[in-house]
Amino acid sequence: MGDDAIRCDACPVLCYIKPGRTGACDRYGNHEGKLVRLDPHVVLDRAMERGDSVVPFLERSHDWDGTLVSHRETFVTAIGAGTTYPDYKPAPFIISSQVEGVDMVTVVTEGIFSYCGVKVKIDTDRHLGAECSTVRSHDEAVGHVTTSEYGSQMLSLGGVRHLTGGNRQEGTATCNALLNLCNGKAVELIIDDGAKVVVQAGRAPIVDGVQEERMRVGCGSATIGMFAKQWFGKVDEVVVVDDHITGVLSEHQAGKLLGVPETGIKLKGRRSTPGRYFQVAEPGTSWGGTDIDDPLSILAKFNPKKAWPGLRLLMVSTTGEHHAYFELGKDLKPREKELPANLQESVARIQENCEPAFCTVLFMGGAGGSLRAGVTENPVKLTHSVRDALTRVTCGGAPVYVWPGGGITFMADVTRMPQNAFGYVPTPALVAPIEFTLKLADYAALGGYVENVRPLSSIASAGDGRRRVTARSDNPWPLESPAETKKK
Amino acid sequence: MNSRAQIRFLPDGRRLHLQDGPMDLIVEAFGAPTQVEIAYRAASKRFETVLNELCSELALLRQPCTPEAEWPRGAVARRMVAATMPYATEYFITPMAAVAGAVAEEILAAMTSSADLSRAYVNDGGDIAVHLSPGETFVVGMVERPDRPSLFGTTTLRFDDPVRGIATSGWRGRSFSLGIADAVTVLAVRASAADTAATIIANAVDLPGHPAIVRVPARELAPDSDLGARLVTQAVGELTATEVDRALSSGGQTAERLLRIGLIRTAALHLQGETRVVGAMPELRTDAIERNLVHA
Repeated sequence: MGDDAIRCDACPVLCYIKPGRTGACDRYGNHEGKLVRLDPHVVLDRAMERGDSVVPFLERSHDWDGTLVSHRETFVTAIGAGTTYPDYKPAPFIISSQVEGVDMVTVVTEGIFSYCGVKVKIDTDRHLGAECSTVRSHDEAVGHVTTSEYGSQMLSLGGVRHLTGGNRQEGTATCNALLNLCNGKAVELIIDDGAKVVVQAGRAPIVDGVQEERMRVGCGSATIGMFAKQWFGKVDEVVVVDDHITGVLSEHQAGKLLGVPETGIKLKGRRSTPGRYFQVAEPGTSWGGTDIDDPLSILAKFNPKKAWPGLRLLMVSTTGEHHAYFELGKDLKPREKELPANLQESVARIQENCEPAFCTVLFMGGAGGSLRAGVTENPVKLTHSVRDALTRVTCGGAPVYVWPGGGITFMADVTRMPQNAFGYVPTPALVAPIEFTLKLADYAALGGYVENVRPLSSIASAGDGRRRVTARSDNPWPLESPAETKKK
Repeated sequence: MNSRAQIRFLPDGRRLHLQDGPMDLIVEAFGAPTQVEIAYRAASKRFETVLNELCSELALLRQPCTPEAEWPRGAVARRMVAATMPYATEYFITPMAAVAGAVAEEILAAMTSSADLSRAYVNDGGDIAVHLSPGETFVVGMVERPDRPSLFGTTTLRFDDPVRGIATSGWRGRSFSLGIADAVTVLAVRASAADTAATIIANAVDLPGHPAIVRVPARELAPDSDLGARLVTQAVGELTATEVDRALSSGGQTAERLLRIGLIRTAALHLQGETRVVGAMPELRTDAIERNLVHA
């Protein structure tokens, strides 16, 4: 037995693998004494040699619902290039079916991504955790809280450090969390010194057991800014109640600019800048994310030197869900009255402008050197081709945003991909579909393996031999190159 | 539950892809949709345990096949031994030579025993088990070299013809070969039989002692290979026409023997651009390659 061979434990065959060789599966190899999952291009070769794409629907059999066609948006047609990987054993037999070629080349693979993760946007104003706090799944660190965005909390999960840099449990937990999030499943995440949040792409977040319904239109201060003109002249004072920043029209910059006179109103809480108050109450599930049921409880007495009897006061929450209208009596105490018709519209508009709260999951990964080498002998040309919009990159048929700069680092919305489009390998790393679609001529120009492209293109040229498949209506058709789209 | 096995559809939504360890199968069934669904479920269920079954008897299956050898317990393993036993007295062969074909057969059997299918195939990395009901056919494309899938011809399998298994072997393939054939393709009554015969014939396409052939002991490449210290082909230099003819003749003689005793129906031997066909290749066509072929 060679002392430099290693035993692979990826499956029960338990191959002894010599350095530089692969096991019986061709999927695992001995690279300088370490067991490694092979470079993606090997997988790529196979997919290409098979002559069509393998968009991986990595469904475990117990998940499989048994339907034969669960994914209607299967764009394929493909024609693959190939290399002569020495241990490769393709399917040498070919059985006819009703497929016609097209004059586009689609090089498709299951990319194996160690450099990948997800960016999660959670539409909620609730405090999920401090920036940089660790996010855990099954007690293991899988990511962190990153810079929050307007109306949303952001998490950055996965990445090479959690996948491969920590211990085995951390890598496995990270891989599982990413896989489930990318495949549209619900994942419970716990943030250190923060909330427990259930995240599922395209669904409302559940924060500490409470499901978010709507995103607020803005913070209290922003709401003042947005609606000041609509209120001006119809009401003397408006308080937008918000657990973060409560806004007061007459003191706010927007009110000042309109010439709204001082009203002598006094708010509890801490004044930040004019017209903006922090901590008017405790956090809660009532008015504007506070714990108050009576809006007047956040007001102190009106200043009798400024206020006047008959002063009209509107109090409203950031979602428009709660609102009340008051007029001051001779004692300068607010008395609730029916909301005048001319104010009802502005309250309704706040509601209209609130969007439903969602979780959004963007997969982000980088197509590395060897994956590109599977497409062309000159990998940088593929990168240039993507930049020049000659090659369309798709992820399971879904459009991607390719980051400027070097490499092919892209983001894609997982809800636009086929169900269960992602898989994993025990490395651990995520397996994501990635397709490069380009014209055959362009493929030749960038040094593609044209000699190995199956000759269906010549067939297609005899007529418009495009295969008819049903695409998702909200995705661009992958076989129309970005350059063509530009010309239109 | 075997959590390694990957079971998924190819993008056409019709063909099932089953992968577990070194097994990589493409399955397609034809028939009423409900029957196809039943068949795919049966294939998936059967597939999940196959690798564990095989590995539990792996040491035994790597031993040379002899008439006195102990029979394994597993259904797939028994198919392997049944396929290799006919060669046990005259050739060096281990049951592993039939593993791909035997797996394909087993999965196909799981499908056809549970569902009513007009046609079906299970393609295990080029070793294919086929099911045909009366009147049905499969058009099969053939490649000259496994690593360069370009078609050199097609053949048609019909219900009336007994061929239900197809396999290819050669030194360029994934498994080791003792010979120098680029590819030997065999049609036989079942996939495991075709798999074994392709291995035997490919081993026989050879030029012993030729200096342009690089041979390495199998165990130096894969320490646990069933071929042990036997020399396996790693490279073949350019051969003269006479040498190619001599090597093909050697393999051809073996193929003809196997044909005479009924172990194969057809063999196509390929070496450096030359092809020799032994037996009848049903409806062999090399003039016009069907334009609607796709890799199975």
